[in-house]
Parts: sequence; C-alpha cells; structure tokens
Amino acid sequence: MSSAAPVSRSFRAEIVENSSRGNSFKLLAVTPLTGTISPEPGQFYMLQAADSYDPLLKRPFSIFESAGEQLKFLYRIRGKGTLSLSRLKEGARITIIGPLGNSYPDPQGDFIAVAGGVGIASLFPLLSKHAGKAHLFYGARNSDELVFATESGTLVKGISIATDDGSAGEKGFITEHLRHCLGALPGPAHRLPVYACGPTPMLKAVAQMAHERGLSCYVSLEEHMACGIGACLGCMVKTVSGQKRVCKEGPVFEAGDVVW
Amino acid sequence: MVNLSVKIGSLALKNPVMTASGTFGYGEEYAEFFDLNELGAIVVKGLSVTPRQGNPTPRIVETPAGMLNAIGLQNIGIKAFIQDKLPFLRRFATPVIANFFGDTINEYVRAAEELSAAGGVHALEMNISCPNKQAGWIVFGTDPKTMEQVVSAVRKTTSLPLIVKLSPNVTDIGCMARVAEQCGADAVSVINTLTGMVVDIKKRRPVLANATGGLSGPAIRPIAVRMVWEVYKAVKIPVIGMGGIMTARDALEFFIAGARAIAVGTANFINPVAPVEIRNGIAEFLREEGLSDINDIVGSLSITPKT
Ligand SMILES: Cc1cc2nc3c(=O)[nH]c(=O)nc-3n(C[C@H](O)[C@H](O)[C@H](O)COP(=O)(O)OP(=O)(O)OC[C@H]3O[C@@H](n4cnc5c(N)ncnc54)[C@H](O)[C@@H]3O)c2cc1C
Ligand SMILES: Cc1cc2nc3c(=O)[nH]c(=O)nc-3n(C[C@H](O)[C@H](O)[C@H](O)COP(=O)(O)O)c2cc1C
Ligand code: FES
Repeated sequence: MSSAAPVSRSFRAEIVENSSRGNSFKLLAVTPLTGTISPEPGQFYMLQAADSYDPLLKRPFSIFESAGEQLKFLYRIRGKGTLSLSRLKEGARITIIGPLGNSYPDPQGDFIAVAGGVGIASLFPLLSKHAGKAHLFYGARNSDELVFATESGTLVKGISIATDDGSAGEKGFITEHLRHCLGALPGPAHRLPVYACGPTPMLKAVAQMAHERGLSCYVSLEEHMACGIGACLGCMVKTVSGQKRVCKEGPVFEAGDVVW
Repeated sequence: MVNLSVKIGSLALKNPVMTASGTFGYGEEYAEFFDLNELGAIVVKGLSVTPRQGNPTPRIVETPAGMLNAIGLQNIGIKAFIQDKLPFLRRFATPVIANFFGDTINEYVRAAEELSAAGGVHALEMNISCPNKQAGWIVFGTDPKTMEQVVSAVRKTTSLPLIVKLSPNVTDIGCMARVAEQCGADAVSVINTLTGMVVDIKKRRPVLANATGGLSGPAIRPIAVRMVWEVYKAVKIPVIGMGGIMTARDALEFFIAGARAIAVGTANFINPVAPVEIRNGIAEFLREEGLSDINDIVGSLSITPKT
C-alpha cells in the first residue's frame, strides 16, 4: 500500500535565494524537490521555520511569485520564526505545505488594489496575472518598507504611494489617499472592484469605503495559524454566515461577509 | 512480518497509531495527504450535544517546543457530525473513536447515547477536562468524586468500548486512572493538555483571548511519558499514550513506559503525514531489535539500577 500521492501539498524544497530587500524584508526562492500544484494569486504556503522544535509550528506566507519550478515568498522579519527563516542559506532544505486556502476571484476588467506593508506580497501575483489592469494604492511605514514598488509599478495602470512618515509618496495612511482618489478616478472607476491585503485596521477602513460606494471588495485576512489546512480551528474569523477558517474558507473574503 | 495489531478492550486495531482529538478535525483535511486506512484509529474533534462556537481569537500561541491552544471546544455538534461527517469516515476500514464532553452529567450521558446509536462509531473517548457547571467550576477530571459520577453514568449508557481521557492537571494521575477503571472504563488516554499561559510583556496582557490555554507538543513529552508510566502501574486496563509525539522514536518511549497504543496530536499540524511515518518507524525499530510483536515492548521499562 502506498501512502504518498505523486503530487502532494506537503513537500521538501531547496532554498535557491534568501536575499535582503531593505532592512526588514527578505525574498525567499525555493525549488521543490518533487512535483507541486500551481498556486493561484492569494493562496499561501506553510513554511518550516527551523530545523529544531523551536519554533515548532510552520509559518504562513503568501505566494509572491511562481516562476517555472520556483516558488518565491516575500517576508518581513518580525519574530522568532521569520528570524530563523532569514538565517537559512542557499542549498538548505525545508518542508512546505501548500498551496493552501482560496484565491482572489479574477477581476473582469480594471480593478483597485490596496496593499499595506507586506500585504504587497499577496497582491503581487494578482497584479502580474492581470498586468496593466490595476490602480495600485501602496502604503508602508517608510520608504525602506516600500519593497517592490518599482516592480509593482510596471505591472499596473497607475500607482499611488503613501508612507506614514512621508519619506516616499504622500504622507499619511494609504486609506486617506484612497478616499481622496476614489472620487477623482476617471470614468466608471467608481465601480471597480477593490482587492486589499494589509493590517486589519487598514482592511476595515477599505471595506467601509467600498461599502459606502457600493463597490465589491475582497480582503485577504491574517490570523494565527497552527495547521493551515483546516484541522485545528485556531484561525477563525467571524462572518455574517457564522465562523469561518481563514486558512480554509479564506484567506480571501468578501469584505461584506466579515464581521469587523 | 512484524505484528502491529493491538487490542483496546474489545476494539481491535490493525496498528497502534491513532490521531489525537482536536488535531485531526473529522479526518477530511488529512485524507488529501494520505490514505486514512493506514491509521490504527481516527479520533475525531471533541463533540457535544449542541454545537459550540469556541473562544475568541487569538486561540493559538507558540511556546518553546510547544503551543498553547484555547479553541474552547468549538464543534459542529453530534447531530451534524452524524449527518455530515460520519458518512465520509465510514468509507475507511479504520475504526472511528468519537471524543465527547458535556457541562453536566446529563449532557455526557446524552452525548454517549447519541453517539452509540449512530452506527459507524467504534468506541467513545470521554474528555473529562471540562468544568462541571452543575457543581460550580469543579473540573470533572480533577475531582475523583465528580469523575466517578460522570464515568459511571456514561458506562451505564453505552456498550461501546469506553476510553476515559485523563487530565494531567492533577497531583496523582494514577489515582484518577484507578477511579476510571473501577467505574468500568475499558481504557484510559494519557494525557490531555496542561494548562498554561503566555504573557505579552508590552501590553501586560495574556496573549490568548481566553488568558490561559492547553499546552501541547514536544515540550510536554517528558511529563506525558512519566504519567503513562504511573498510570500503567496503577491499572490493568490498556493505556493510550499521547503528548508531544513527533517521531517513531518518541512513540516508542510511550510503549516502553506502558502504552498499548499512542495518539499523534500537534505533530499533525507540522507534518500532515506524521502518523504514517511514525507507524512505519515503529515497525522498522521492531525489526531492527529482532522483535516480532509490538505488544512485547509494552511496559518493558526497567528501572532497576544498572550494576
Ligand atoms: C495567510 C497569511 C499569509 C501571510 N503572508 C505573509 C507574507 O507573504 N509575508 C510576510 O512577511 N508575512 C505574511 N504573513 C504573516 C506571517 O505569517 C507572520 O508575520 C509570521 O508568522 C510571524 O512569525 P514570527 O515567528 O516571525 O513571529 P512571532 O514571533 O510568532 O510573532 C511576531 C509578531 O507577529 C504576529 N504574528 C505571528 N503570527 C502571525 C500570523 N499568522 N498572522 C498575523 N500576525 C502574526 C505576532 O502577534 C507578533 O506580533 C501571512 C499570514 C497569513 C495568515
Ligand atoms: C488544537 C488542539 C485541540 C484539541 N482539542 C481536543 C478535544 O477536543 N478533546 C480532547 O480530548 N483533547 C483535545 N486536545 C488534546 C489532544 O488530543 C492531546 O491530548 C494533546 O494535544 C497532547 O498531545 P500532543 O502533544 O501530541 O498534541 C486538543 C489539542 C490541540 C493542540
Ligand atoms: S490554521 Fe488550523 S484551522 Fe486554520
């Protein structure tokens, strides 16, 4: 009796790149050692953070890019897990589970993308899949945390940037900027669907704005996860139709579904 | 050929590797990773008569080599389990063990009744780590008197093999195991999670919304092994060992300390195929040691000093 399916969502991979982007971000590229399933924009993977049992749990990261055999992740160093991930060298091997969760529904035409900080990691594959279709609103704390802004800029129709300290783009929250621009967007722009990923307060503000204007709005949520596959019930979010698992029924939710 | 089959009361298992309740959902999520026929038994997420919403998030926080969870016994309720989940589980030639709980003795009895009548449930595992709401906040599993009442009441209700899952949050777990045995339990599970807390030092608040949670994972393994050994010495009924088992090596410690079967919990989150790897590793170890039967190493621990 064989137990392993030929293509499994649980696989080993070799690190081919783990390079710095600014002070606190890194880009991780891995080559899976066995066949894998192709990811869709918005899906995520659970990455083993350390060889030892501390940290024990895998960490969730959005797919940033999947090019040929390679999978790329953009991550911000925050705590123990991402710190030990940041120390892994080329040639090291890790175990990964994924792709997991649902994905962004395909926009039919132009759309608005709102990225807060590392939220750009989740939206980047959507921007490239629908190149030239997005108006991107990208906010970060400062210019150093504004990673892949140039690359994102080449994938979109237009890009607006804001930083909390004004070191790049407008000064202030990207949501204030979005509010200002929504009225000014040309033609039927006020009916464009909105896709957002970033800190919860930002998502809440975006959801509110979309609701007020009757725009459809999709948000990618974060919760602490243990399994990432729907078994532990650790990652619940309240929705109008009851509790849902961010890792399984999400991470992408219709903003109107979420009880903020 | 190595014999891996074991018996838990009247329940025959083709191998001694089960899944720990609450770490395997109702099996569906893991069926994508391996054939559930490879398991000794599937223990499902704890069930109650009425569905439960559980606790607010965050419900999970990591600790050194472990995790704290405060899921709050969220579950779909027994009716939905029987209707929506059991048909899927019936497709496998692997026994299903239903883990269940209640806030009152009456709720335990009703749960046991409904699960016994379902068809396709092969054994019951009672989780007695919840507070008895009728007797104030005495936890069923930490007070021998309340435990006796609830286990006896459930025993009268069901003819299915009855496993009592002991709480480790007691001073003498051997004593609690004896109570379970005297009340007619067919086996005991050792251990459930240990109560713990993690503090956010900046906010001066507990990280978990529920303040405290249950500690699981490799961090608790030495405690679990010790408790399995104490329980093994205290009772004649089979012991199912669990607590931080990540590999076959870990599992073997439990068998040697006295476990007749083991359950894989937190490891499922880290490696979805852990139970299969553990089962294969156990067989390999037995072959290497020239042993032909898993039952031969159960309780083989020697504590006489080496001379
Ligand atoms: C679906 C999903 C996709 C994600 N994609 C990315 C990504 O592409 N790039 C990226 O940099 N990060 C992403 N994250 C967040 C990332 O998982 C956390 O930053 C990481 O787990 C932190 O681990 P750590 O051990 O370094 O931090 P810890 O030491 O565990 O914690 C440090 C800080 O991070 C917070 N934190 C821990 N885990 C999570 C979590 N799962 N969600 C939110 N906050 C958390 C803690 O509360 C704490 O404030 C994603 C999260 C989810 C749920
Ligand atoms: C997320 C989570 C949920 C759990 N839910 C239950 C439950 O519903 N009923 C129960 O008896 N035990 C529950 N447990 C306890 C486990 O079944 C097991 O006894 C414990 O985690 C120790 O094993 P481990 O260290 O291998 O995880 C849960 C554990 C975890 C981590
Ligand atoms: S992380 Fe386990 S259910 Fe979502």
